[in-house]
Amino acid sequence: MKALTRSTSFWIGAGLVLFFLLAASVGPLIYSADPLAPDSEALLLRPGGASPLGTDALGRDLLARVLVGARVSLSVGVLSRFIALILGGLAGLVSGYFGGKTDSIIMRAADLTLAFPALLLLIAVVAAFGPSLFTLFLALGVLGWAPVARVIRSRVLVIRRMEFVEAAHATGAGTLRILFLHVLPGCTGTFLVLFSMGLATAIIAEGSLSFLGLGAQPPTASWGTLIRDGFGYLRTAPWLTLVPGLVMAMAVLGFNLLGDALRDLADPRGLPGRTR
Amino acid sequence: MPIVIARRLLGALPVLLGVTFLSFLLLYVVPGDPVQAVAGERYDETVLAEMRAELHLDDPLLLRYGHFLAGLVRGDLGNSYVTREPVSERIAETFPKTLALAAAAMTLAVIIGLSLGIIAAARPGSWIDRGAMAMASLGISVPVFLMGILLIYFFSLQLRLLPPSGYGGWSPRYLVLPALTLAGASAAMIARMTRASLLEVLGEDYIRTARAKGLPGWKVLFVHALRNALLPVVTVIGNDFGSYLGGAVLTEKIFAWPGLGRYTLDAVASRDLPAIQGAVLVMALAFVLVNLLVDLSYAWIDPRVRRGRG
Repeated sequence: MKALTRSTSFWIGAGLVLFFLLAASVGPLIYSADPLAPDSEALLLRPGGASPLGTDALGRDLLARVLVGARVSLSVGVLSRFIALILGGLAGLVSGYFGGKTDSIIMRAADLTLAFPALLLLIAVVAAFGPSLFTLFLALGVLGWAPVARVIRSRVLVIRRMEFVEAAHATGAGTLRILFLHVLPGCTGTFLVLFSMGLATAIIAEGSLSFLGLGAQPPTASWGTLIRDGFGYLRTAPWLTLVPGLVMAMAVLGFNLLGDALRDLADPRGLPGRTR
Repeated sequence: MPIVIARRLLGALPVLLGVTFLSFLLLYVVPGDPVQAVAGERYDETVLAEMRAELHLDDPLLLRYGHFLAGLVRGDLGNSYVTREPVSERIAETFPKTLALAAAAMTLAVIIGLSLGIIAAARPGSWIDRGAMAMASLGISVPVFLMGILLIYFFSLQLRLLPPSGYGGWSPRYLVLPALTLAGASAAMIARMTRASLLEVLGEDYIRTARAKGLPGWKVLFVHALRNALLPVVTVIGNDFGSYLGGAVLTEKIFAWPGLGRYTLDAVASRDLPAIQGAVLVMALAFVLVNLLVDLSYAWIDPRVRRGRG
């Protein structure tokens, strides 16, 4: 725990994450401007005054839209991460614990999923099933299973050989009991890291697809659609793009830093990334 | 070495087959009748049935996959639902432009990433190190499309140095911004990896030996340490090639670059499934091949891999 509180990336990361979670949950309650109400008297207003972050081409308040956008972007990220962690976690648990044929089938399936460029596969699947926020978060979750399964599997391979698992065997515990009560808890740290890092990736993916028009559909605002809407006004009203863009990058940075710090804690040898 | 190559090629075969099967499934699982979608409402049942037979739509799954593979071997990816042109022709036209972009991006990423990583590792803990790594953290956190927009905003709209979008062959005026856009995140990743693995290698005994016999610091760093620190960096380069292809979709959209990524997006917009399928398949095959090359380059860089497990 001490290592965690001494790490700068932990404090910056946790601070950013907390800030965005607060902004998404209570932000729209405190700042009561309507994110969907057009105002023909207030088109493309510069930041400042009654609209702190300015207004868009329909006169809608940008701060209000960024706040509700945070709700959409973060909840798509969190929900899709849960799907990925459940599917990938189960696959990795089974693969690592049972080994043999089961293991090699599951791992080949993971190889196959990862053989596609991730974003491209996501675009293809979402396009095939019809673009919507629902398709997007489902596809993002389901396609995210493979890296999770690989990491959890390698963790399970280590835990499986530990003495307390052997002891559980000796007391006559069943396979399911051992898997979920003894092996799974040992993966908690790994799951946390996967959640935080993956959330950053999921936020980027949601933003990318919404930017391409394959995610949230108007009038729903997500960070990606805000950037998409603003891009056409980059010359005349750059804040419409730059504000949601920087907000999104900060959120991604927060989850990345938090993930980094958690990973360093879980594995002090430092996998890819910083060594200290 | 030839044995290593043969073994890796053989090992990649199931993945290649799997990739073709999944791409094929993409069209198969799509809800709705594709023929209906193409023909609209003007055609009568007999024409529809003919089209269905032509596309082998009534055959069982595996037979259709067989047709698909047979076509693939002949370089036939089917015809576009929209223009009726062969998909393979358009891919042959657009893919080289995407590859050019990816190659330029990779070159930039390696140059920027390696330099930042080496500078940081040469003085660990210094402000240069902290600065470089903070930049890397930021670089990883900026999504591709945002990087593109920021570059357009600063270099085209504010400084008016480069055109905001368009295609000019290999002309650097048009190539620099989209290539930088794609390179950003992986330059950051390469910088981190280089630093981390250099620091690890620099702690080894043989480095101490090299220092002890009086070699200058730069020689130890570049000649002795760097070569051994390169392996994980090569992995990043291979992994990131996939993100270049995915990222190319976004980059090409933002910069109006007429590559395969934009072709994919146009196909997505018109729900032109054979085109989407073909584009995804070609990019995935390219990705698998690049990873294979990366795997093989391990053996070339690291003699332990060449002689040992192989």
